[in-house]
Amino acid sequence: MMNNSANKMEYEHIPKEMFEFAHLDAKIHDAKFETKARGYFADAMIRFKKSKAAVAGAWIIIALFVFSILSPIISPYSITDQDKFYVNSGPFIREIADLDIGLFDGANTKTSVNDIQLAYWKGIAVETGMDPLIKILDTYETVSMYRGQEKISYTYKVSTNKYYEQGVMYRVLSYEEFEAIQDWQDETGIQVIYPYVMPEDIQGISDRANIWYQVSDSRGTPVYDENGDFIPAYSTNSAVEGAPYDSIRVPGDDGSYIYSIRKSGAVQVRMCYYNYYQYVNGHEPFYIFGTNSMGMDLFLAIGIGSRFSIIFAIIVSAINLTIGAIYGAIQGYYGGYIDLIMDRISDILSGVPFIVVAVLFQLHLAQKVGIVPSFLFAFVLTGWIGMAALTRKQFYRFKGQEFVMAARTLGASDWRLMFKHIFPNSLGTIVTSCALVIPSVISSETSLTYLGIVNISAFAGTSIGTLLSQGQTSISSSPHAMFFPALYFALLLIAFNLFGNGLRDAFNPSTRGVED
Amino acid sequence: MAKYIIQRTLLMLMTLFVIVLICFVLIRMLPPAPLPVGDPHSDIIEARREAMGYNKPYLVQFGIYLRDIFTKFDFGVSDKLYFGQDVAQIFMEKLPATIVVNLYSIILSIPIGIGFGIIAALKKNTWIDNVISTATMALISVPSFVYAFIIQYFLSYKLGWFPFLIKDGTDWFSWPMFWSMIPCVLSLSLGVIAGFTRTTRAELTEVLTSEFMLLARTKGLTKLQATVRHALRNCMVVIVPSIFGSFIGILSGSVIIEKIFGVPGVGQLYINAINGQDYPMFMLDTIFYTTIGLAANIVVDISYGFIDPRIRMGSKK
Repeated sequence: MMNNSANKMEYEHIPKEMFEFAHLDAKIHDAKFETKARGYFADAMIRFKKSKAAVAGAWIIIALFVFSILSPIISPYSITDQDKFYVNSGPFIREIADLDIGLFDGANTKTSVNDIQLAYWKGIAVETGMDPLIKILDTYETVSMYRGQEKISYTYKVSTNKYYEQGVMYRVLSYEEFEAIQDWQDETGIQVIYPYVMPEDIQGISDRANIWYQVSDSRGTPVYDENGDFIPAYSTNSAVEGAPYDSIRVPGDDGSYIYSIRKSGAVQVRMCYYNYYQYVNGHEPFYIFGTNSMGMDLFLAIGIGSRFSIIFAIIVSAINLTIGAIYGAIQGYYGGYIDLIMDRISDILSGVPFIVVAVLFQLHLAQKVGIVPSFLFAFVLTGWIGMAALTRKQFYRFKGQEFVMAARTLGASDWRLMFKHIFPNSLGTIVTSCALVIPSVISSETSLTYLGIVNISAFAGTSIGTLLSQGQTSISSSPHAMFFPALYFALLLIAFNLFGNGLRDAFNPSTRGVED
Repeated sequence: MAKYIIQRTLLMLMTLFVIVLICFVLIRMLPPAPLPVGDPHSDIIEARREAMGYNKPYLVQFGIYLRDIFTKFDFGVSDKLYFGQDVAQIFMEKLPATIVVNLYSIILSIPIGIGFGIIAALKKNTWIDNVISTATMALISVPSFVYAFIIQYFLSYKLGWFPFLIKDGTDWFSWPMFWSMIPCVLSLSLGVIAGFTRTTRAELTEVLTSEFMLLARTKGLTKLQATVRHALRNCMVVIVPSIFGSFIGILSGSVIIEKIFGVPGVGQLYINAINGQDYPMFMLDTIFYTTIGLAANIVVDISYGFIDPRIRMGSKK
């Protein structure tokens, strides 16, 4: 207490000479900011980068873009390559399938398979060296009464390799091709042509080329020797020799087996389709995503279809952005009657369901200007309305502000005021909504091609919508044909939406500095 | 208010009139569907076409079209799909399927959607909110037909709980019919649920931070009481109009979902009319869908005024 009052005393009576002037010989200025000025867009970028979801979206979009550019390069096929034997087959890469880890092995699941069927596949495995049976998933035991005795029969649920399953088939070849295949066989050591089997040697079975072993009935029950192996039923009837054969022979052939029979100026042979495929295409089947119901390589088809969708959506958004911005700018800037009339027009246009617009344009314009341009017009006809409404709102917001008034006082023309002074201020909002327009265009484009209302296959090769509808026809037997296009499509849309939402938040100044 | 409603309705009718006129003229400009030679119906349809003013100027044709609609409720006869049958009658037969399926989906999705929205808002920034928000975002981004495929594949094929397509017949409220509708209803609902969840969450998070909520808590209400009595009521200003909007939407349904699940409704009829180029049918469907779209807009706008008297729709500055 005492101390305190003593202090007070001290401060109350400070002698004059104890004061001195500060900054007596320094001039005082406004200090210049040492930091760099940060513009609107740079600021938005910083906030955009902070949002993890938006950045992830951007990376996914880039990855999908890269996929659609690279897939035609990686895939050995073209969009018109359609193999009718490898229709609806699962993903298959020989090198990975051989590792036997359950991936890329062209697997499909079959139920209620019986012992004869299993023997049939074993026959393929022994003859061609490629085992179609991957795994027996389940065994079911049925007990039935047969002539007063209990008889146990088994059925299986199995997963098989769709590519190996084709095995051997009958084909009619010209003499030249028969020769060429023999040369190719000698060169590569891969056997395409297998010894011929006469139907009369296998109980008259003529529809299953894969039966090369002796059977006891027309259902194909095999006859085994004492070791449990198949007994070959290759034809040695030299009376029906078709064309000379001096290439790879199967083991156990003493030169008496015949490899072809004559069929009206050509030869019929039994050939292994998998190896014939290599002879024709120069490579083994290589379907990273499998094939669809048309026998198209899905890996390629998704890349090509999505490339069209993305480019189309970007073009549509760019056109809509331009038209909408100009229309909305005029509406918002002039206001009054012009606004009222123009608003009526966009009101009427926005009332027409999009599907109607697309159909009418297809009916009227498709033959004159082509399907894709008329499709584009359909998107443009109503697509700009949202953009125009947005621009109009922004113009109403800015047109009364001081900087516009100042520019007008200085004699700036209407056009200059609109596009040099007001428009740049509303650009952020407009660009952001553009990022959200792209996924909506992609999604309606896919819907229409899925429904078959618009078919752009002739122009673009295929489209995601077409792939989805082709996949849907075989959804139960080969779900992958549906799954991969749908996955790509879903990823693309989700990524664009993440990206667009992130952009919107970044450009919205009211979220500046708000951390949540 | 009444004046505003009348004004909006008149404007809507005007817009509808213009749209229908444009579509009508564009459709009539196309060559009419060729009729099979020798079919007894062909002569009748030919005669009807003559009466409907084919070969006359388009505006006269439109006048006749409107006159027939207003005096006899006659939208013409189908000339491809349902050869020689009355279009309006077929349309009416297709309507119940669409309405029933969509009604179930709305009844299912509104409580679930709002419920998830409330949970997400109350548990904001926890893992529950993150899961719900992520799922909502994904469901809104991806069009419903993509998850319709997933639902069809897993529920109908893999698990075998439901049939692939909707049961035939018109017993709309029987148990087997309801059972076969479930995959379809689910596919329709997911998008709607996501929409309601997002709206509710956004609105509720905003309301929960407002000052009257703080006041309610200081007056001694529990969090539950304050949320139910004060916050939710204020949310409804935004949610209820969208409920009204979706009720109008049940009439139109989803064209694609109907195709996937084989619902014999107006959506599928529309697709068939387009692909089969059945113009009278297409015209009727177009009028229907346009009307639904425009009406939904008005209902949403007007209901704002009903729910919250502070909002005066159409008022001047």
